[in-house]
Amino acid sequence: MTAESTGTGQDSKGTIRVLQLYPRDMNIYGDWGNALVLKQRIYWHGYTPELLEYNVGDEFPADVDLIVGGGGQDSGQLVIQDDLHSQAAVLSRLAEDGTPMLVICGLYQLFGRFFKTRLGTVIPGIGVLDVETHGTEERLIGNVKVATEEFGEVLGYENHSGQTTLGAGVRPLGTTAKGTGNNSSDGLEGARYKNVVASYLHGSLLPKNPAIADFLIRTAAERRFGTFEPGNPDDRFAVLAREHAARRPR
Amino acid sequence: MLYISVPLGKLVRRVSRLRGGGSALPGLVVEKIDPGFMQRTLATLPHGVAVVSGTNGKTTTTKMVVELLESQGLKVFTNRTGSNFTRGVAAALLGEVDWRGRLKADVAVLELDEAHAVHFVNRVPPRYSLLLNVLRDQLDRFGEIDKTAQLLEHIAGKTTGTVVLNREDPRVARIADTLAGQDVQYFGLDDSLLSMFPNDDDMRAAPGSPGPAALPGKPPADVVLRKVGPDTADFEYDGVTVTTGMKLRGVYNIFNAAAALALARSICGSGAAAADHAALLTALSRVEPAFGRGESLVVDGQPLDLVLVKNPSGFRLGLKSFPAGGYATMIAVNDNYADGRDMSWLWDVEFESLRDGGVDQLTGSRAYDMALRLQYDDVRIGAVQTDIAPALAAFIREGSGRPKRIFCTYTAMLAIRRELSKITTVEVVS
Repeated sequence: MTAESTGTGQDSKGTIRVLQLYPRDMNIYGDWGNALVLKQRIYWHGYTPELLEYNVGDEFPADVDLIVGGGGQDSGQLVIQDDLHSQAAVLSRLAEDGTPMLVICGLYQLFGRFFKTRLGTVIPGIGVLDVETHGTEERLIGNVKVATEEFGEVLGYENHSGQTTLGAGVRPLGTTAKGTGNNSSDGLEGARYKNVVASYLHGSLLPKNPAIADFLIRTAAERRFGTFEPGNPDDRFAVLAREHAARRPR
Repeated sequence: MLYISVPLGKLVRRVSRLRGGGSALPGLVVEKIDPGFMQRTLATLPHGVAVVSGTNGKTTTTKMVVELLESQGLKVFTNRTGSNFTRGVAAALLGEVDWRGRLKADVAVLELDEAHAVHFVNRVPPRYSLLLNVLRDQLDRFGEIDKTAQLLEHIAGKTTGTVVLNREDPRVARIADTLAGQDVQYFGLDDSLLSMFPNDDDMRAAPGSPGPAALPGKPPADVVLRKVGPDTADFEYDGVTVTTGMKLRGVYNIFNAAAALALARSICGSGAAAADHAALLTALSRVEPAFGRGESLVVDGQPLDLVLVKNPSGFRLGLKSFPAGGYATMIAVNDNYADGRDMSWLWDVEFESLRDGGVDQLTGSRAYDMALRLQYDDVRIGAVQTDIAPALAAFIREGSGRPKRIFCTYTAMLAIRRELSKITTVEVVS
């Protein structure tokens, strides 16, 4: 486990501890972007970010305010699988308690009940989310636009062959206006449970969707300090990047 | 059928050239009417066929191998940039054979895109293959990098003679374990240079850590790149280290020179007696970068470097190989199919090295994604505009008197070269 803090050139409103899950093995689609955005926005909101890493075999850190986990390819998922199960109870308790979490693609699938491969092998998930995933021959690839109630229009990029269906215990993140999302049939993307946000979207997700980043930070701050006093991040480039991304082909 | 396919294909080639058409149509025609044309023609070559594949650096490496072999007096058939698929090879062959279908060459060195190479080697098993690397590239096309490694493994498995592997890329080096009958040779790096070559596995291994450590028990390499100077490089082979001048820039290009040297030695025969090493080194020192890959142009009396970036490792290498100090910098990011549509990769590159000087111009269809990326690394941004022509004009105008550098994705590079050719003399490769 390693920690990295941004120096405080400002009076801090307090420290927010962000834990990256398996950055060593699940890092392939710009997942660092989500961690970096959380780190910088926490700072821009006037708090002190502390970035922690949890990798296979590490001791799970106590006192975590926010958890972020990424995609990763099949080989990375095989490496972390057993270790993830050894931390299932901790992660479930944190999710039930309302810890804000963001899980993308590979970890979204493993946070579910199971992943059934094309050949019929059932890989159990840790069951934080009431979802199930089935491996397919079809790879869902391309730009995605999702209409969400909580965060407005969400933009990203999907690249997966597992298709996920939601159970009664979770809500979708939104409905797709472009692209496929969870699966090629029901038009839903992602999952929401308590303060867990799960999504297939890379891009990375948080840079162009600061509303989701700020939801995670707000929730973390409120849980730790009782209130959240937002700062004033400059989102002009985010707004323009969203406008241009929204016009790009699938 | 056999007797008319070549004249007919050549005719189609002429007609489509006259019409300004692409290079694939004549290949398609000859493939349709004479599917055995390519195998039959290539089978006549005394030194056989060498395939160069991998995600990064194929074009420059192939160019180097060709020039190295020519220095040994061999006549080499090769395919040019943009025709690195089977039909393109057939089309290139048509241009070289005489009207009776005979190819006057000693050896073929073919750059093949990793996905197309699989189809090619199923039909024409190569005598040699050189497998460069598996960096994350165009995931939207292949899905995953382990899949790409499998494609390279397939190429190695179909090779009948020598497989030359990158010892420092774990996914490539591992291919040796799957081979039985082939001779395996490696090209490698001195431990002191390993940190210049982050691979995708080490990307987020430990922030701020010096990079991949030397693996214990690495196999000996036929050619090792020992040292890179400003315009020289030290290569070790046959137990001797030699220093040679290099026109190529960027440490990754020079590592590919080690790859090219290893393949050329395999083809010519290693050891003192076989290859003429003085001629090999002279040829190596004269190799110019291939189209748009780390090349240096002159604009308004100032150097302008074009650095092609197409994946996180390549971008990181580009930033490391070309320090920003004293340079005006521009970044051009497009998201056309050939560039890759997914912008996630920009978030796997660290841009701290640009903090001191900032970036003067950002352009391309995803200029604002790039701006957002730089904002999160606290890099100062000059101007942002998606249209490349006005951005380039402003960059040259405002950077007058300073050397300039442009990091660009593939289609952005094409657009920039087109614009530059209006301003300055730029070699244009058809």
